[in-house]
Amino acid sequence: MDPLSWTEIFLRIAAQLTPVWIALVATFALSVAFRRRLGLYGKLFDSPIGMAGFGLVMFWTYTGIFAGAFDLILTHDVLDQSAAMKNKGPGTPYSQMMGTPDPNAYPYYLLGGDNLGRDVFSRMVVGAWEVIKIAPFASLFAFMVGITLGLPAGYHGGRLDTVLSFLANLILAFPVILLFYLLVTPEIIQTGIPVYMAAVLFVFPIIFLILLWNSRFHTQPAARNLYVGVTLVVGAWLYAGIAWDADPLGLVSFPPNLLVVFVAVVFVNAPTVFRIVRGLTMDIKTRDYVAAAQTRGEGTWYIMLWEILPNVRGPLIVDFCLRIGYTTILLGTLGFFGLGLSPESPDWGSTINEGRKLLSMYLHPALPPAVALLSLVLGLNLLADGLREESLRD
Amino acid sequence: MVTFILRRVGVMVLTALCLTFIVFFLTNLYPNLEKLAKTQGNFRMTDAEVESYLSRNGYLDPMLSKYGQWMGVWPGWVIEEDSVTRGRCIAPGQPPEEAPRFCGILQGDWGHSTVFRKDVDEIIAEKLALTGWLMLWVMLLMVPSALILGVLAGMREGSRTDRTLSTFAITTTATPEYVSGVLFIAIFASSAVGLQWFKGTATGAMTNPNFENFFLPVLTIALYGMGYIARMTRASMAEVMTAQYIRTARLKGVSFPNIVLKHALRNALIAPFTVIMLQFPWLLNGVVIVETLFNYKGFGWTLVQAASNNDIELLLAVSVVSVVVVLVTQLISDIGYVYLNPRISVT
Repeated sequence: MDPLSWTEIFLRIAAQLTPVWIALVATFALSVAFRRRLGLYGKLFDSPIGMAGFGLVMFWTYTGIFAGAFDLILTHDVLDQSAAMKNKGPGTPYSQMMGTPDPNAYPYYLLGGDNLGRDVFSRMVVGAWEVIKIAPFASLFAFMVGITLGLPAGYHGGRLDTVLSFLANLILAFPVILLFYLLVTPEIIQTGIPVYMAAVLFVFPIIFLILLWNSRFHTQPAARNLYVGVTLVVGAWLYAGIAWDADPLGLVSFPPNLLVVFVAVVFVNAPTVFRIVRGLTMDIKTRDYVAAAQTRGEGTWYIMLWEILPNVRGPLIVDFCLRIGYTTILLGTLGFFGLGLSPESPDWGSTINEGRKLLSMYLHPALPPAVALLSLVLGLNLLADGLREESLRD
Repeated sequence: MVTFILRRVGVMVLTALCLTFIVFFLTNLYPNLEKLAKTQGNFRMTDAEVESYLSRNGYLDPMLSKYGQWMGVWPGWVIEEDSVTRGRCIAPGQPPEEAPRFCGILQGDWGHSTVFRKDVDEIIAEKLALTGWLMLWVMLLMVPSALILGVLAGMREGSRTDRTLSTFAITTTATPEYVSGVLFIAIFASSAVGLQWFKGTATGAMTNPNFENFFLPVLTIALYGMGYIARMTRASMAEVMTAQYIRTARLKGVSFPNIVLKHALRNALIAPFTVIMLQFPWLLNGVVIVETLFNYKGFGWTLVQAASNNDIELLLAVSVVSVVVVLVTQLISDIGYVYLNPRISVT
């Protein structure tokens, strides 16, 4: 068989991505049709920049989900090596050094093979899954920690603020890479420190939700007990499974090397969120509606969580998008330095790191993951920009 | 003002103490010490051998005592073994009586690197000079181009120039150094594309920096920070351009270039100034990535070497230097902000 031409490669990649196109078209059609009823999300479709960003983000999200969770898009197994395909260029027909390849196997390596003869295209596609399953959740956790600590620091000020701000600045003064090199090593995993950090950091979402329900519904004990109870039971179950790997039902568990990556990323992001929330709170707490709530005799947590927080959602949503992008960059950095994730992992940082070693001879192993990471982060930044513009408009 | 600076310096010292203790604590955890012993001795040491190596070299003292020794506020360890007295402060060949009791950073002794087998202060001085050179060129490239980009974009908000430049700025902030570096090497240095305008490594630039081997690393670091500064400048410029006094100047018939250069620019550059200073910690990250990518053996490269080999004293020195850089730039940015903007007072 002859190698494919570039046109054929593009057509075949596009065909391979069919599920993604269908999902994208469906998302856009539905969103544009109902955009007047969808609030801020709907307004996004009035801004071309926001739409472009959203498109890029959803492209990688769908790609990651279909490839990682459903095995749909990828053409070969990400760990399958074929000695005959080492460093072969894009569009090379699939072959094996020994024996005949499986007749059902995809007949080409669309974007070539890497230095171990693995399929670059499949690894790039599955790399999206590695990002999608960590970055949004890590950002969400960082937000929970930052909000739970930043609201009281900004609202009460005083000694609490001094102590918390000092701690936040302490973490921010660390060069991120030094922190990663200290935290994300097999030796540190042995000492169990990441587990303790996870134990501390993962309590915050539970505290946040309990405070949220309690402050709102404490006048209606029935509703309050229901919400707080459900949060406690589900929260404790997930907490035991994720942080301590001690789920009594054995359903939830978290591989230790993924946990350390997750914890490190949350740990690096939380202080920045804290500072943003604190600053916004200090600004908002002088508003009239806060004074009105104080006069009504509302509790402080009610004022913070139900009066101040909803009114700072605009900047926070924008920062959330940017933070997912930054987390993606951080995950890439970890992979680039070979920290945390296993060396065979198809995440973009690791593949870029492997590909760069042969960069003067072969471009195809390093470029696809690099371009993928760039386009995802760019999409998130454009999305944030579009959201900022649209939320400022009213 | 003096009390403000004194208080900030006090907080700085406290922060530096806390940070070095954290680094100290993490590098002195037993699994890390075990790794150190195995890289220093050999990889097939038994647990007992590791233990004896560590205790012979004073690594098993209590954590606080070790930290005090490193600081120079606690007497250095002295161990007598086979009628030979060895100690932290005793140089090889020196009689133990003549050795000082304390030797830590307060005495100016930064310790000994176990990876490079040299004194830490020598290594740091040499590497900082290399990285300082890199940073200088990054600043020279990044700051003026970012300011020009930002001013051009913010001068007429919403225009086509603004859209184009803003998109460019967003793209650069979305491109981490390890992506842009790889792209640049692929395009400009690889034999596969054939342009080969620049060199893909900067090893030669350590002794003989020239445009060919130094431009790509400098560009890679500068580009990531550039977008951020440009966006800040743009926002600040756009805000200033809507101010009353600009409208007055326009109505008086001052020409547009004059308005931008004489009336708007000064006020618009206050915000970017702080941003530029706060970029230093980010640049430090960029330096680590780029020095690894281009094999330029400066400060960032040393950090990676020290951290991956658990070279405790070198790593501590590296973190002290980087923390001081971060905190000093924060201080300068605060003070500079007050000076540039008379509306803000520190009290």
